[in-house]
Amino acid sequence: MLKRTLLLIVFLILSISLFSENDSLIFLENQTPFEGFAITGKDIPNDGGGGIEIEWSFPDSLDNFFLTVLRKDEAGNNSIVATDLLVSSKQVRDVSSEEDPSRVKDGTKYYYTGILSKKMVDEDFLNMLISKENGYSKNGIYIFNNDTFYVTAETDAIISKASWFNLSRIPVVISLILISFVFLYYLNLAKSGKELYIRKINGLDAVEEAVGRSTEMGKPIMYILGIGYVTDIPTIAGLTILSRVSKKVAEYETKILVPSYDPVVMTTAQEVVKEAFTEAGRPDLYNKNDIMYITQDQFGYAAGVDGMMMREKPGAVFLQGLFFAESLILAETGHSIGAIQISGTTETAQLPFFVAACDYTLIGEEMMAASVYLQKEPMMLGSIAAEDLLKVFIMVLIIVGFVLSIFAYGFNIGIFKNLFDLLARALQV
Amino acid sequence: MLKGKGIPIFITFLVGMIMIISFFIPHKPFGDIEKISLNWYSIIAGFTMLLGVDSLIGMHFRKLKRKDENWFFSLVLILGFTATVVVGIIETVRFGTAFDDKSYFTYIYNYFIVPLQSTMFSLLAFFIASAAYRAFRARNFDATLLLITAIIVMLGRVPLGEQISPYLPKFTEWIMQVPQMAAKRGIGLGISLGALGVSIRIILGIERSYLS
Repeated sequence: MLKRTLLLIVFLILSISLFSENDSLIFLENQTPFEGFAITGKDIPNDGGGGIEIEWSFPDSLDNFFLTVLRKDEAGNNSIVATDLLVSSKQVRDVSSEEDPSRVKDGTKYYYTGILSKKMVDEDFLNMLISKENGYSKNGIYIFNNDTFYVTAETDAIISKASWFNLSRIPVVISLILISFVFLYYLNLAKSGKELYIRKINGLDAVEEAVGRSTEMGKPIMYILGIGYVTDIPTIAGLTILSRVSKKVAEYETKILVPSYDPVVMTTAQEVVKEAFTEAGRPDLYNKNDIMYITQDQFGYAAGVDGMMMREKPGAVFLQGLFFAESLILAETGHSIGAIQISGTTETAQLPFFVAACDYTLIGEEMMAASVYLQKEPMMLGSIAAEDLLKVFIMVLIIVGFVLSIFAYGFNIGIFKNLFDLLARALQV
Repeated sequence: MLKGKGIPIFITFLVGMIMIISFFIPHKPFGDIEKISLNWYSIIAGFTMLLGVDSLIGMHFRKLKRKDENWFFSLVLILGFTATVVVGIIETVRFGTAFDDKSYFTYIYNYFIVPLQSTMFSLLAFFIASAAYRAFRARNFDATLLLITAIIVMLGRVPLGEQISPYLPKFTEWIMQVPQMAAKRGIGLGISLGALGVSIRIILGIERSYLS
C-alpha cells in the first residue's frame, strides 16, 4: 500500500512539473488591459526618409510599465524595434542609421505591435512572438511563466518617405528672404556710390599703433587665433583680421608669429599671411616657419603660447578668434610682458577676462566688422549698414513687445513672441 | 570666363548656396550634403595633421641644430613626442587599442598629460586674482560700478551673503538674470548678425581676404 502511495506521489510530482514547465503559455484572445489599448505610427515628417515614429497614449497609472515594440515588414519578416521602453516615454523612432542604413526602407509597408508588461519582457517569449511560424498577429493577453504580457493589435501599414521640403523651416525661409533683401538693398546702395558711415572702433584704430610700436622696439608681433577650427565663424573673422594686420606688418618690415591650435587653421593662416605680404610688395619677408603648429590640447596650447611669449617678448599681441578657459592665461601673460594687447572673441563668457587684461577688446560684432573697418570698401560697408538696420528692427520689436506686455493687459502678444522666435531661429541665437 | 581669383570665389558661392539649399531640403542627395562635407573636412584635417607635426618637429629640430637659447626644451619635446608615438604604436599592437587600462600609453596619458593639463588650468585662479585686482581698482565711475556689482554678486553667492541679508542672494540673482542677461543677449544678437554678415560677404565674394 505504502509503495503504491509513494508511486502515486512521484507520478503526481512528475505530472505537475511537466505541466508547469518554464515555457508554459496561456493566451486570452481579444482581452485588453483598458479600452483603446493600441499604438500608432506615422512617417517622421520633414526628414530625409528612412524613419517611422511610433506613439502611444496609455493611462498615467501604467507609466512605470514597460513597452516593447515589434515590427513586421510586408514580406512577413519580424524584428524588434525597441525593448523595455518606459511607457511614460510616449514614443520611439524606428530609423535607419549609418550602422544599419536599410533598417527602414522608404516605400515599404511596415506593421507595428506593442507588448505591455509590468516586468521586463522575457527573451524566450519575445523570440517566440517574432518567430516566423507564430508571428504576432493575435492581440490579447499572454501569460508566460506566470508573467502577463498585453499585446496590442497591429498598426495599419506605415510607409516611410523622404520630404522634399522641411516645412518646419518655413519661418527661416521668410527671415532669409527678408534679411537677403535688406543686405542686397544696402549692397546696391553702396554700389551706387552712397557714402556709408561706420562708427569709430578704438581697438582697430590701435592696430597701426601696435604694429608701429613693436617695430620701433624691434620686437615681433604675435597673432593668436584661439582654439577654434576653420569651420568656426570667429576663426574665419580672426583670419580676415590677420590678413589686414599682416599687410601692416609687411609694410613696417617686422615679424609676425602665429602659433596655431589646429593644423587646418595653421595652413590657412600661412596662405593668408603669404598673400598679405605679397600684396604689400614684400613677399621676401614672409617666413612659413613663423606660422607654426603647437598642439590640439587646450592647456598644452596655452602653455606653448605662454612660453613663446616669455621667450620672444612680442611688442603687440593680437588675440582674435575663439577662446575658452585659456583666454585669461594667455592675456595675463601678454600683459605681464608689457605688450599692447588687442583682443576679440564671440564667447561672451570670455569677454570680461579680455576687458580686464587687454588694452583693447573687440566685443562680439566689432570683431565681425573688423575686416570691413580696416579695409573700408563701400561694398563691405554696405553689409554693415544692413546688419545695423536689422539690429534696429529687432530692437524695435523687443521694445514694442516689452511695452505691450506691460500696458496692454489681456492683449494677445503671441504674435511678437512668434516673430522673435522666428528671428532667433533664423539667426540661431 | 572664370580665371584667377574668380574660380575660388565661384566655388565658394556655389558651395555656400548648396549648403543653404540643403538646409531646407531633407531629401537625398541634399539631406546628406552637410554630413558628407564634414566627412571630407575630417579627411583633409587628418592629412593636415601631418603638416602640423612637420611644422612642430621641424621648428624644434632647427632650434636644436642651431643650439638656440633654451634648446634643451626642444630636445625634451622631441624625445617626449617620439616616446609617446612609439609607446602608442607598441601598445596598439599589444592590446588592439592604445587606451587599454594596462597600456603604458594610458599610463603616460593619466600620469603625465592629465596632471600637466590640471596644472595649467589651476594657474587660472591666480591669473583671475591678478586681473580682477586691476579691473576692480576704482579709478573711474565704470570701474567703481564694476567693483560694487562684483562685491554684491560674490557675497550673494556664498553663505555669508545670506547671513548679512536674506535679500542679497535674491538681488544677486536679479543682477544675473536681468541686467547681466540683457547685456549678454544684446551681444549675442550682434554676434549672430555679424556672423550672418561675414557669411554673406564671403558667399557673395565681397570679402576676399581669406583667399591666397
